[in-house]
Parts: sequence; structure tokens; C-alpha cells
Amino acid sequence: MSELLSDMLEIVGAAFLLLAALGIIRMPDLFTRMQAATKASTLGAACTLGAAALHFGDLGVATRAMAAILFFFLTAPVTAHLIGRASYFVGTPLWNGSVVDELRANYDPLTHECEAPPELQL
Amino acid sequence: MTGIPGTETIVFAMLTIALVLAFLRLLRGPGLPDRVVALDLFAVISTGFLTVYAIDTDQQVFLDVAIVLALITFLGTVAFAQYIERRARDE
Repeated sequence: MSELLSDMLEIVGAAFLLLAALGIIRMPDLFTRMQAATKASTLGAACTLGAAALHFGDLGVATRAMAAILFFFLTAPVTAHLIGRASYFVGTPLWNGSVVDELRANYDPLTHECEAPPELQL
Repeated sequence: MTGIPGTETIVFAMLTIALVLAFLRLLRGPGLPDRVVALDLFAVISTGFLTVYAIDTDQQVFLDVAIVLALITFLGTVAFAQYIERRARDE
């Protein structure tokens, strides 16, 4: 039973990783590519690690796999935020089909600080 | 109860295609941030690949390799992000 579940998790995980790669090759600009790559790849790696935990059926392996999954879930948003922030400051162009850029009016291009618009400030 | 026959072959094929696609973005990507994102994805797919390889060969050691790769990738990507931002600020 656990072998069947492990194999299914493996296939699902590989499918998510393949979707992430498809997203990074097909999406029109950096920010859409980044969200495709980050979210799908996190879930894909977590699924394969869960498959490993089920396959070995060992407490030590399961603990390590869970720790790795937790690490992925903690670090993927951080790296995505850092790269997105840095590349926005560099002036990476948005896709020409984008409708709104709410950050443009609210951040200081010299100090890289972002402030809420005046009507929202306390 | 046994698993689905031929799972490892299918999974390895899918992950190899994913690696090739990520590598294409690494080659093509118009700017440095695109390449950093592609490299990050490349490492995450490698982590998945190593995990599946650990299952395929019944060797738990490869799982540790996958964890270490994930740790190093995180640090590398953070460093790249800092580098991109500082380069923009210095200009």
C-alpha cells in the first residue's frame, strides 16, 4: 500500500516539477516566470520527499524528509521575494499585457524604500 | 501490495525534460535575474532527481545529498539577489 502511495507521490511530484519548468520557459516576463517556478517547484520537491519518506518507512528518513520539506516551504518564498525585489529595482520590464503596477508610485528609486500611499498612511 | 510498474523510468524521463527546459531558460533568459531564477529551479529539480534516485537505488545517503543541495542553493540564490540589488545601487 505504501509502495503504491509512494509511487503516486513520485509521479505527482515529477509532474509539478515539469510544470514548473514549462512555466519558466513559456511565461512572458520575469515575475510570472518566477511565480510559476517557485510555487510549482516547491510542491514538486515536497511530493518527491514525501514519496521517499513513505518508501523507506524509517523514522530517521521520514524525519529528514519532513525537515527538508519544512526547509523548502520556508526558503522558497524568501528567495522569490529577494529575487523579485532585486530585479524590480534593476528595472526588469513587465509583460506588456500587465494591467497595473502598484509599486511604481510608492517606492523611492534612490533609497529602495517603499511607503504606503498618503491616503493609506496612519 | 506492489507499486506501479515502471514508475522510476517515467519519473526520470519527466525530470530530465524539466532539467532541459530549465537549462534552455538559463541559456536564453534575457537578463541576469531570469538566469538566477532558472538556476534556482535547476537546483530544485536536481533535488527532486536525487530524491527519486535515492528511492530507485534504495540508498538513503542520496537523501542527505539532496538536503545539502537545497541548503546550498538557498544561500547561493540569496547571494545572487544581494549582488543584483547592490549592482543596481552602485550604478
